[in-house]
Amino acid sequence: MAELLTPAILLSILSASVGAATIILLAALGELLTERAGIWNMGVEGTMLCGCLAAYVAMCETSSPITAAGAAMLAGVAAGLVIGFLTVSLKVDHFVTGLGFNLLASGLTLFLFRSYTAGGKPAGYATIDRWPIPFLSEIPGIGPILFNQHLLTYAALLLVPLVSVFLARTRPGLECRAAGENPEFLEAKGISVAKRQYGALLVGSALTALGGCFMMLAFANEFRPDISGGRGWLAIVAVIAGNWRPFRTMIAVIVFAVLDSLAVHAQGMGVAIPYQFFLMLPYAASILLLAVVRTRSGQPARLGIPFLRR
Amino acid sequence: MQRQPVLSVRGLTKTFGPVRANDAVSFDVGAGELVCLFGENGAGKSTLSACLAGLHSPDGGEIVLNGEPVRFSTAADAIVAGIALVHQHFLLVDDFTVLENIVLGHERGLFVNYRAAEKKLRALCRRYGISVRPDARVGDLTVGERQWVELLKALYHEAAVLILDEPTATLDLQESRKLFRIIDELKTAGVALVLISHSLAEVMRSDRVVVLRQGRVVGERATSETTPQELTRLMIGREVERKHRGSSRPGRPCLDVEHVTIRRPGGAPILDDISFSVAEGEIFGLAGVAGNGQKPLMEAIAGVLPFSSGRVLIDGELLADLDVHGIQKLGVGHIPEDRLSEGLVGDFSIAENIALGSHRDVFADGHFLNRGAIRVAAAVAIADYQIAAPSAETRARALSGGNAQRVVLARELAAASRVLLANQPTRGLDVGVIEYIHDRLIEKRAAGCAVVLASSELEDLLNLSDRIGVMFQGRLMGIVDARSTSIEEIGLMMAGQKREAA
Repeated sequence: MAELLTPAILLSILSASVGAATIILLAALGELLTERAGIWNMGVEGTMLCGCLAAYVAMCETSSPITAAGAAMLAGVAAGLVIGFLTVSLKVDHFVTGLGFNLLASGLTLFLFRSYTAGGKPAGYATIDRWPIPFLSEIPGIGPILFNQHLLTYAALLLVPLVSVFLARTRPGLECRAAGENPEFLEAKGISVAKRQYGALLVGSALTALGGCFMMLAFANEFRPDISGGRGWLAIVAVIAGNWRPFRTMIAVIVFAVLDSLAVHAQGMGVAIPYQFFLMLPYAASILLLAVVRTRSGQPARLGIPFLRR
Repeated sequence: MQRQPVLSVRGLTKTFGPVRANDAVSFDVGAGELVCLFGENGAGKSTLSACLAGLHSPDGGEIVLNGEPVRFSTAADAIVAGIALVHQHFLLVDDFTVLENIVLGHERGLFVNYRAAEKKLRALCRRYGISVRPDARVGDLTVGERQWVELLKALYHEAAVLILDEPTATLDLQESRKLFRIIDELKTAGVALVLISHSLAEVMRSDRVVVLRQGRVVGERATSETTPQELTRLMIGREVERKHRGSSRPGRPCLDVEHVTIRRPGGAPILDDISFSVAEGEIFGLAGVAGNGQKPLMEAIAGVLPFSSGRVLIDGELLADLDVHGIQKLGVGHIPEDRLSEGLVGDFSIAENIALGSHRDVFADGHFLNRGAIRVAAAVAIADYQIAAPSAETRARALSGGNAQRVVLARELAAASRVLLANQPTRGLDVGVIEYIHDRLIEKRAAGCAVVLASSELEDLLNLSDRIGVMFQGRLMGIVDARSTSIEEIGLMMAGQKREAA
């Protein structure tokens, strides 16, 4: 255990945490947007998987991270459309929809992956490069942790205040929140609840899939079945523990990410404790967090309740 | 009215399935005029306002605004055209601030200009003397304050036509006065106002009254040329068949309700100092337009709803320390207003529904249910109450309204050895079932039970009750003898006129 606590290892763990946090943070921000509009999307895990596979295939074919990100977001939009059609248009129970979608995505991505690799092993690709920010990345301590990261990490961190401002200050943000709090109000104003909910789902799912894309490009060079490994569920927990507020959600995400990269390092270091124990930590923490942080004042009043027009 | 009216409604018709909620309704409103739509619940007032505000699209007739026929497919169309509706039930987002509630749906562009909006809102508040903080969370406001936010929402858009749907239902007297001051201001500003109300005190402050009954306009009067009596006659408007059903001989007092009050923070009380007494073998009728406190009163007596002050006694025993189950064990039966949501469990069988409530004593066998006893009780109930169902295992949801109500009756009449509370027991049922239920209520009276009967059918109350109490906005306006009173007297009290004044 003590070998994990040397400064060099600690630095490495924290630096890796910021990367791991990016995956969950993108998904959590996407889920936060969706939930604030009243849709309790349980299909985060499946959406993330779709993003992983789309990014993987696009990266193998074009070797362009930009194309991979675009492909992942398109896959996310498609996932959002399916979930939206079921929850918004058909008013199917949100939980049932999400759970069903996860099963579908798990099977479908595996099927598509096998079909894709059937003609032989694809070329694969190198993981993407970091973008150290000049000067800032040389600050001792926090420099390498915060400013020697991937481009998408900076983008994800920037998205936290952006989502916050979007919800608080903009017209579409206000309307999305109203859809989650009191959809009758919106309808009485002649504003379509369905359009706002679809919008939130499509943007939110695209962000979630982008999280999957980042995982593929920065942490893996091959797709595996269920590669997302429950990170989508951690994103949902982070939103709840963050009381549906962007900054607090980010803090919950960071807790998960630190434990996640601790597990990765523990495996590599050959710590005496079985590594499975460390693998369990983020999920154990998620349960603990839900038990301890019980403030739900930020929960949208009509979250997860299908809206039926009068 | 020489000038062209701002809003004119011509032959407006709206049907819901077989129900004609509005049947060829026509009326005009001019600039700076306050027109009151007056009628009982279900007369079609709210449907009419929903049509005007674009929430429903009418099936026939037309709405003419400033001489131009208009057609609204959404509420936004009506708002753009300049018609604003102040909702009876608040349509606000509790988690938003006052300002956010007001700007929602009126902003263009990506960012909301909160600074300009706040300035405009503060100016409005100053002009009309409304004090609400723009940054207050609506969920933290009192009921009265929320009504102001509703009103500000409409005023913010400078509507040419303002429809107020029972705006004073939740306001106390002082706030109602303030509302009418604002209405006077709006009249001066040339706004055309439509006030929906069943309160005569308010109706008499309007310029013109349009009386609705069963979806139709049954009369239109200039307020200065009519009297509350005439309006009440128009509102009730039917011949009443008086056949008082056998005089009972009330015994000693059984149910005593003393000064029962349910306060509501920042709004008018839900129940305001209600006192009455019902004797053994007496039916006490409760009249009133729906939503004036009958339901909370019944629930307060039955122990479902806690009250702020006052007390209820049965045979001199204070109910304060008893829960619903304890009160039921004293011999109180309660037929709730909504039989399917409050009276029955839809997915339970008839037998299970009969056992509910007594399943811990009468039908218990240790920790298990005494299924034999339940089966017997269900079979007896089905025979006694002529419940038309394939078996005792039929689910309550599958029963017709009349048969469902018989299941409730079977259970509650069995429980009611001392007091029976019946809230709208015949609503929505056909004539045969109504007769049957009335017979059962009279049987219960003959057996020495104290019966409290709330009904929107005045004929039924007059024919069944011994005395009738009339409720208006949570208050008991007066108690009259059913044999000597008239439907007009009750109608006036239902519309908020004290008995002495009538």
